[in-house]
Amino acid sequence: MTVLHWAIISPFLLAILVPFLYKYGRKIHTGWFVLLLPLALFIYFLTFLPRSSAGEVVLRTVPWVPSLGINFDLYIDGLSLLFALLITGIGTLVILYSVYYLSKTKEKLNNFYVYLLLFMGAMLGVVLSDNIIVLYVFWEITSVSSALLISYWYQREKSIYGAQKSMYITVFGGLSMLGGFSLLYTMTGTFSIREIIANIDLVTTSSLFLPAMILILFGAFTKSAQFPFHIWLPDAMEAPTPVSAYLHSATMVKAGIYLVARFTPVFGGSPEWFWIVSLTGIVTLIWGSVSAVRQKDLKSILAFSTVSQLGMIMSLLGVGSVAYYFYDGDNALYTTAILAAVFHLINHATFKGSLFMTAGIIDHETGTRDIRQLGGLMTIMPITATVSFIGLASMAGLPPFNGFLSKELFFTAMVNVTEYGIFSVETWGFILPVLAWVASIFTFLYCTILFVKTFTGRFQPEKLSVKHVHEAPFGMLVSPAILGLLVVIFGLFPNVLAYTFIEPAMQAILPGIMEPGQQFKVHIYHWHGFNLELWMTIGVIVLGAILFITMKKWSQSRFYRKERDIFNYVYDSGYDGLIKGSQLITRVQMTGRLRDYFVYMCAFIVFLIIYTMIRYDAFSINTANVSPIEPFMWFVVIAFVVSIISVPFINNRMTAVVMTGVAGYLVALMFTIFRAPDLALTQLLVETVSVILFMLVFYHLPELRKEKKKPAFKLVNLIISVAFGVMITLVSLSAFAFGSETNFTSISQYFIENSKVLAGGYNIVNVILVDFRGLDTMLEILVLAIAAIGVVSLIKLRFKGSEDV
Amino acid sequence: MEVLMSVVIGIIFSVSIYLFLSKSIIRVILGSLLISHGVHLLLITMSGLQRGGPPLLGLEAEAYTDPLPQALVLTAIVISFGVTAFLLVMAYRTFKEHKTDNLEELRGSADE
Repeated sequence: MTVLHWAIISPFLLAILVPFLYKYGRKIHTGWFVLLLPLALFIYFLTFLPRSSAGEVVLRTVPWVPSLGINFDLYIDGLSLLFALLITGIGTLVILYSVYYLSKTKEKLNNFYVYLLLFMGAMLGVVLSDNIIVLYVFWEITSVSSALLISYWYQREKSIYGAQKSMYITVFGGLSMLGGFSLLYTMTGTFSIREIIANIDLVTTSSLFLPAMILILFGAFTKSAQFPFHIWLPDAMEAPTPVSAYLHSATMVKAGIYLVARFTPVFGGSPEWFWIVSLTGIVTLIWGSVSAVRQKDLKSILAFSTVSQLGMIMSLLGVGSVAYYFYDGDNALYTTAILAAVFHLINHATFKGSLFMTAGIIDHETGTRDIRQLGGLMTIMPITATVSFIGLASMAGLPPFNGFLSKELFFTAMVNVTEYGIFSVETWGFILPVLAWVASIFTFLYCTILFVKTFTGRFQPEKLSVKHVHEAPFGMLVSPAILGLLVVIFGLFPNVLAYTFIEPAMQAILPGIMEPGQQFKVHIYHWHGFNLELWMTIGVIVLGAILFITMKKWSQSRFYRKERDIFNYVYDSGYDGLIKGSQLITRVQMTGRLRDYFVYMCAFIVFLIIYTMIRYDAFSINTANVSPIEPFMWFVVIAFVVSIISVPFINNRMTAVVMTGVAGYLVALMFTIFRAPDLALTQLLVETVSVILFMLVFYHLPELRKEKKKPAFKLVNLIISVAFGVMITLVSLSAFAFGSETNFTSISQYFIENSKVLAGGYNIVNVILVDFRGLDTMLEILVLAIAAIGVVSLIKLRFKGSEDV
Repeated sequence: MEVLMSVVIGIIFSVSIYLFLSKSIIRVILGSLLISHGVHLLLITMSGLQRGGPPLLGLEAEAYTDPLPQALVLTAIVISFGVTAFLLVMAYRTFKEHKTDNLEELRGSADE
């Protein structure tokens, strides 16, 4: 175990300690203890920064299940370090925020911080794991801890609904991802991502390439809330705001992004990957931005904007994967998309985190998050308004904030698509920049709505439940302010990120593109002349502004009023349908009638055996080896068959018992004819005792009635029973023929020869029973004993009136 | 002989299955009694019939009938007797408690 391993395990260890800290440190808010850990981890991960920006990687191995090739391998390169710093950095700020957000006395802080630490450790594990099975384990822990955090206020029905939904969707994705990982293992024989990338030929030439890719993408798309799996994210907003800020904007939803980026070297370069990832991303982008405009709740708007921004990053990763097609030469054109993706990933984490926190502050101070009730908060909450403005302007893509830069790069990447000349982009490629541009207009629109409806206009204290609305306490403002400051810094000096984060991350996403020793040279400019991208941005602002000014008109439309996503109805009715459907199936097949179950069993046995016999042509009759029928045997057989067949038709219980008795004695007679004296003796005795037993309970038994059944019912019974009898006859004949044809001799010769020699007995059957195979007899005696005890207890033991089973 | 016995065994199975599918508990028990006859005869038949004398060494026959299936059937007779006895008593108790022998009326319990 190295320090790095302990760094990942430490949140889990602290999670164990949290309940004790909560119980015995009541005076201090538990969050203060927890805060120290992500801070320490953040500083620890910063120490890797020099190595990572020099292009070095760190690998630490601890065996876990070495025999299966599952090892707790940790791997730090530019991409994982970027994510680790995001997780710990924003984690620190979120915990600081939550200390002020969650009340020390009213909330169950022990639960909250345990879940949060579980999540943090799992998330670190996801991004640092090199082994895909370990990655999967951590991946599922993030799903579980996320569901726990969403249902933190578990008294509310909506929280439970949201948690359940997110759990179902992400676990569905997680499981299919596991399937994809298994396929990768069958292709390459290793669970290590580095080794898979090293053996890339095995993957690309395999027929399992596409299934593995699609299964893994399911995992990534469900986790990152891509279309149409985005529906869980808006419902996850029932979680406390720090959770929304941390999980559902900055970290967990980016796990899918991380997965796609991590597997770009494996699957990138194929047209399927390019089109699936880019199109899903771009559709998510436009769907999310259009849906966000319809929302009236601050957190819902932010949730849909998260969906849309994740779609943007995803589409950039898809477009950027094309770089694999052009290994050499001028890469700048093709790697722009990856650069934009990484850059926007950082930007989105900063501004979305701060926006969620400000939304939480507004909720905390006014008691509502509904934009129809809010307004005029600019003068009351100036700091919150400033931070919100910075975040929203950045999200809308306005200069000089960092969102502007990544949006310009986004446009560049999307416009470049049309120039690739592969994957049939010349015919369909144009939809990518067009959709991107339209989506940006809606992004601008909802950012404007968010700001204007919340902070400007008339203050309406009568609509609010809180009496004195005022600025949030200082501690609550620290975290959003820091994030807002980062937005400004990254916006003004984007190149501080370029050498430290973006280049190593690009190196990690696109390994093998550059010559060894060479590195990506990234330089982000604010001003690149009057090019197409700038005009696109100006168009976005103008059209967005026009849409906002005419909002009064279109806000009356049905489109605006319908808040819930159409896919929620699909999900809800699918969920109900699943439950109703399975109930229906159960009701139809589980009737509770003995007869029905017996019909199923017999029908299946008959079907399976007859099918097998026909399929393998196993039916044969061999009369060469049969013994002759003695004349008197016909009388015995006819009498026996008559006695058997009469039983179902008898409606008198006495006659029925006698007839079965007759059949039993005839069986004994047959045993005599077949040279089995012991059997005949036993059969005679047993039959006598059985008949006596029948007679004993006879008096208490009901009279047999004529069965009143519908003819169809009777016909089914008749068909099944005759089919079963025919099947038994056929099986018996074929088995006998098979036994005659093969030359296997019976082992009984041994018993005949050794009965006297070894056991000293003349009656071979008895010697077999008590000597050669005595164990059977012992257990048979046990069966009789148990039956006797059962009979006695059935008769003797009774529950008295009030008692119940 | 074996072919004839196979047909007879098929008839026994048909009748037993038909009895199993009826509504009355008594008929179901009679069916289980009959089906055990079918199984025992099948076991004996499958080893071949009438291939020599009874498996008693004192009789000094040239060949003996296969003794192993006989031992198996002997065990099976005793076990099926035990089960039949138990079933019979259970049917008796069921009828006493529920006042019906109709399987259609014996479905589920009150707390379901």
